Amino acid sequence: MPERARRLRPARFDDLGLRRALGDRMLPLLVAAMAFLAALALAGSAGAAALVRHWQEGAAAALTVQVPAPGDAAAGGTGTRLDAVLALLRAVPGIGDAHALSSAELGALLRPWLGDAAGDPALPLPAVIAVRMAAAAPDLTALGARLGAAAPGTLVESQGVWVERLTRLARSLQACAWLVLAVVAGVAAAVVAVGTRAGLAARREAIEIVHGLGATDGYVARRFARRTTALAALGALLGTLAALPVLAALAVMVAPFAGKPDAATVPAELALGLPALPVIAALIGWLTAQATVRRWLRRLP
Amino acid sequence: MVRLEGVSLQYGSGRRAGPAVLHELDLTIPEGGFRWLRGPSGAGKTSLLRLLNLTVRPTRGRLVVLGSEIGGATRAELPPLRQRIGMVFQDFRLLPHLSAFDNVALPLRIAGRPEGQVRADVTEMLRWVGLSRRSDARPAALSGGEQQRVAIARAVVGRPSLLLADEPTGNLDDTQAERLMLLLKEMNRLGATVVVATHNEALVARHPGPAIRLESGRLRDDA
Ligand SMILES: Nc1ncnc2c1ncn2[C@@H]1O[C@H](COP(=O)(O)OP(=O)(O)O)[C@@H](O)[C@H]1O
Ligand SMILES: [Mg+2]
Repeated sequence: MPERARRLRPARFDDLGLRRALGDRMLPLLVAAMAFLAALALAGSAGAAALVRHWQEGAAAALTVQVPAPGDAAAGGTGTRLDAVLALLRAVPGIGDAHALSSAELGALLRPWLGDAAGDPALPLPAVIAVRMAAAAPDLTALGARLGAAAPGTLVESQGVWVERLTRLARSLQACAWLVLAVVAGVAAAVVAVGTRAGLAARREAIEIVHGLGATDGYVARRFARRTTALAALGALLGTLAALPVLAALAVMVAPFAGKPDAATVPAELALGLPALPVIAALIGWLTAQATVRRWLRRLP
Repeated sequence: MVRLEGVSLQYGSGRRAGPAVLHELDLTIPEGGFRWLRGPSGAGKTSLLRLLNLTVRPTRGRLVVLGSEIGGATRAELPPLRQRIGMVFQDFRLLPHLSAFDNVALPLRIAGRPEGQVRADVTEMLRWVGLSRRSDARPAALSGGEQQRVAIARAVVGRPSLLLADEPTGNLDDTQAERLMLLLKEMNRLGATVVVATHNEALVARHPGPAIRLESGRLRDDA
């Protein structure tokens, strides 16, 4: 143990004087702002992804079937048209549950449009069957044709069209979020590069001395990279933490749309992405400083 | 071993190239040799030492330092060579934010020596130049002579194979200058090739030895 301790360079040995030359305020502050934006973009992407997933599950799982004049005799002869359609539906593999809405349920559904007339039994309403799929949706055209044969005029509707439009919108939002992330990463790299270059200019003399004493490019680059890595990671950590209250507030607002009344569930993208932000910032800090310093050092023999 | 064949040096390059400050130098210093480097101010002594210190590359000609041809060497090949060269600069070139101890320790730490050895060697070296009590002082808190001794300690602490000194006695009194000459001669006796630029005639007279004489960037062969 003492042997090991003696081999270690003193912790405060700062031969290039970078503690003062590489600002410990500006760089972390700017990176914190970047991380804050990145956290918001990440949350946007994760939120859109969660909505898409939820909508798609819902769409794949639900069909509505309308049977006009449900009480009339079926084309096949036995029972009403509604019974015939229900029987046919229940025989289709992959259909979990087919349930005809009662006139009370139907009335409640239509009341906003029809007012009290919705409860009037004399109104010639079609029967509405809500179908839940257990497996993937069957071929709707074929299904419609079979149901139509038993009870002409029967309509099969999936909720797919709307979901498809909403999904496309959500996917565009997601793409925007990724674009924002890419731009933020680029700006963060630029911020680190500018900071590093300022540090190089401020410590030119010290670098030339150390270089003259036989320091490799790697030695000098490592000193800069170590500092920018720490500063960028610290900044990103602060920025991410600052974004947490905002994200929590958003999550509460989004929860009802995603069909999750309890806002406690965090999407996996966020649970992984947010802790990754300081790590990615550190990586950007390290790579940018290495590249910037090594390029600069090529002016020395 | 140091060998120059037709070496010329211009500062700057391309359109910003200045006039040649060293012209077609041919000279050889055998391994373990000692040379005074003499000549009036502006003759090119510092420039020649910079070449030998691998701080600048020759504009033309063949330069061999410690057995390696410098003109054809890649950048990556130079740092290990530089670690075997010690140089005392005329303007010391100490790092202002580091203590005397850390300045002297710098070459050893750059070379990746274990910290235990660094402590022992630096302490010993500071004792030798009489600065044990000032080891925590920054250069700004040291006198010119003390700074010069720190610069000397830093040049010597890594036991270089090639030791270069540029007017190393400029800020020293006679006693200290004698002490420094003892140190340089001791390093030379231990095998280092030593080149000392000076225009201190008295010092040269007290320690006669072969000299390289420069004038206006050319060798004078009257020596
Ligand atoms: N970095 C430099 N850039 C341009 N010219 C220089 C530089 N250093 C020295 N010179 C010029 O080179 C010549 C030799 O200078 P120098 O090697 O310092 O001589 P000495 O050390 O013998 O006084 C001088 O004319 C000086 O002006
Ligand atoms: Mg000079």
